[in-house]
Amino acid sequence: MATLNDLKISEIKLSESEGGKWGMVIDQDICTGCQACVAACAMENNISFVGEVDAGYGRSMHWIRIERFWEGEYPEVKMTPNQPMMCQQCGAAPCEPVCPAFATVHSLAEKVNLQVYNRCVGTRYCANNCPYQVRSFNWRDYERPEPLPNQLNPDVTVRRRGIMEKCTFCIQRIHHAQDQAKAEGREVMDGEFTTACAQVCPANAITFGRMDDPQSLVSQLAKRRGGMKMHEDLGTLPVVTYFKGG
Amino acid sequence: MADHNHHAEHAEAHFREKHLMLDPLPRGQMNDMVMEAMTEKPTWKFWLIFGILAAITAYGLFYSWGVMIAEGLGVAGVNRPSYWGIFLVNTVFWIGISHAGTFISAILRVFKAEFRRPFTRAAELMTTFGLVQAGFSIFMHMGRVWLSYWLMPYPNQRMLWPNFHSPLSWDLLAITTYLLSSTMYLFLPLIPDVAMARDRSTGWRKSFYKVLALGFRGTEGEWAHLRNAMNIFAFAIIPVMFSVHTIVSWDFAVATRPGWSSTIFGPYFIVGALHSGMGAAAIVLAVIQGTMKHMKYFVRAEHFDAIGKLMLIISMAWAYFFFNDYMVQWYGGDSWTDQLLHFHEYGPLGWMWFAMLICNVAVPWLILWNARWRATPWLIATVGIIINVGMWFERYIIIPVSLAINRMPFTWRLYEPGIEIPLGIGTLAFFILLYMAASKLIPLIPVWEVQEGQMAHELKKFGRETVVTVSELE
Repeated sequence: MATLNDLKISEIKLSESEGGKWGMVIDQDICTGCQACVAACAMENNISFVGEVDAGYGRSMHWIRIERFWEGEYPEVKMTPNQPMMCQQCGAAPCEPVCPAFATVHSLAEKVNLQVYNRCVGTRYCANNCPYQVRSFNWRDYERPEPLPNQLNPDVTVRRRGIMEKCTFCIQRIHHAQDQAKAEGREVMDGEFTTACAQVCPANAITFGRMDDPQSLVSQLAKRRGGMKMHEDLGTLPVVTYFKGG
Repeated sequence: MADHNHHAEHAEAHFREKHLMLDPLPRGQMNDMVMEAMTEKPTWKFWLIFGILAAITAYGLFYSWGVMIAEGLGVAGVNRPSYWGIFLVNTVFWIGISHAGTFISAILRVFKAEFRRPFTRAAELMTTFGLVQAGFSIFMHMGRVWLSYWLMPYPNQRMLWPNFHSPLSWDLLAITTYLLSSTMYLFLPLIPDVAMARDRSTGWRKSFYKVLALGFRGTEGEWAHLRNAMNIFAFAIIPVMFSVHTIVSWDFAVATRPGWSSTIFGPYFIVGALHSGMGAAAIVLAVIQGTMKHMKYFVRAEHFDAIGKLMLIISMAWAYFFFNDYMVQWYGGDSWTDQLLHFHEYGPLGWMWFAMLICNVAVPWLILWNARWRATPWLIATVGIIINVGMWFERYIIIPVSLAINRMPFTWRLYEPGIEIPLGIGTLAFFILLYMAASKLIPLIPVWEVQEGQMAHELKKFGRETVVTVSELE
């Protein structure tokens, strides 16, 4: 029986050239800021609705958010391009080493950053250490009045108070597609499935797929000139590439 | 000749009045004084304060915590991006308070500073009780505190261990080590005193002290063992104390956050801890001297003077480290850090930043240089309170104020405390409550240590001069 000790350190290490298995490209120039991705993500991943008061205090729970800023001084103001922000699934994630309970860990198979809900004790160190501030904490047990429970996605855990959560790249969809492909004796095809945010985006601003496959649409798009990784200087090796002003 | 004698006598009387070590009383009398101070029937004022503090503890600490466990951390003010708020401020604050205990007791013992003798116990109690409050504060802060045992490295079938890469795991180990060792270090020098109390009490007190004294009779062999054990502990607890606050500072220093990743945080936090701790020691000493019987004999102006000097030096050291930390971050030129430093000074809580400097530097430097002011109990206790307010501000600025600014300006938001306030006041009330209870249950003055010091000190005359001599006892 394989135990944890059998895993070699070299297998765990993620080199820079590898760049993750799954990745995303976001084109800020065609993003309309319609927030459909925010809604779809909440539906897909059973994210709680925190209500007016808590949301007003900065406790809204979203795994993806659209950022936009004013630029310049009034009245000469311009809006910056919409910037969808979600977990960047860092190859060297700052959230991982600081968790005392191993509740946030790197998946060896999918090379994404996982949050183990039932292991989380709620120290919130990971959220402090996340340079992208994309983690959401369950400050309370939020109500889900009827008939909302009927809408819950059965493939995703419902979280309770006191634990941290964040974007998983819709890992339930990844697993579903892999199981399907395995049953049919083939590899997962590019574009066979996508994340909820990418699926719902009316402008096709979000593209998701295999980064380790040079033929995939997402790696072709990521290779274009002018791509930018968020806070690349920190060395966190994010797998989401942003394009703007192109 | 007669004139000379008169002069010498006068000098001697002056020495005796000033220094506890040169003013010995018969042992029996001194023991009785300490026993009386402890067993004296509490006044109605004592019970009134005790009752009020117990009520505050029950409501602020236990009821509010219960509400928070039942409702979730939503009742507190922590939010995004200030995920850590007053809970962590109070944790750092109480660990800081606990540092002076070890500093006074272990470092001054190792360096044979004689003025420490009457108040080592009071300082050690501060360490243990302060750590209890730090423990409360850190457990409150957890989202699912009922699962906090998962942070303990215990063998289990699933081979799930805590993450030893995380500073919080180091914290848990360091604070637990510190709590255990400081409790033992509090207990060891207590043994001869509870043995003394056992021989002088009746009823439940006798049985209580009988258990605590572990059958200590004061034989030569027992003393030799005790001295050995205390010596080992005094030396061993000093690195523990240094490591604890360094590790607390690493919670912040290892994070990828502007304003936090500073290499000087370790020593800066230790000096800060000593700063607030010495201030707290001054407050405690002034209260003991002012409220308990016979304490004017044990706690004298010389002790406040000595603590005042330490406070002044530590205040200078704190200013040195603060300036170091600030200047290097400023010159670092990182734009996020730059914005954070401006936010500290000109942001909505800028007043706190300036108040911190006034409380931690300006006030001690203006008052503590004067020997007469240093020796005034109420004044030095006031300075102690001011320093503690300043140090609390410092931790508040480092934690929630610095967390308000990060690399994603979209999430910037100021922190507003909620249930943290009653919880924090609850820990303060519980600290004082424990102290009041302890003052009635164990001898607050280590009598044997005072008597030992008085045996070692002697006034000798060399020609016309009266000179103090101290002999090596060990």
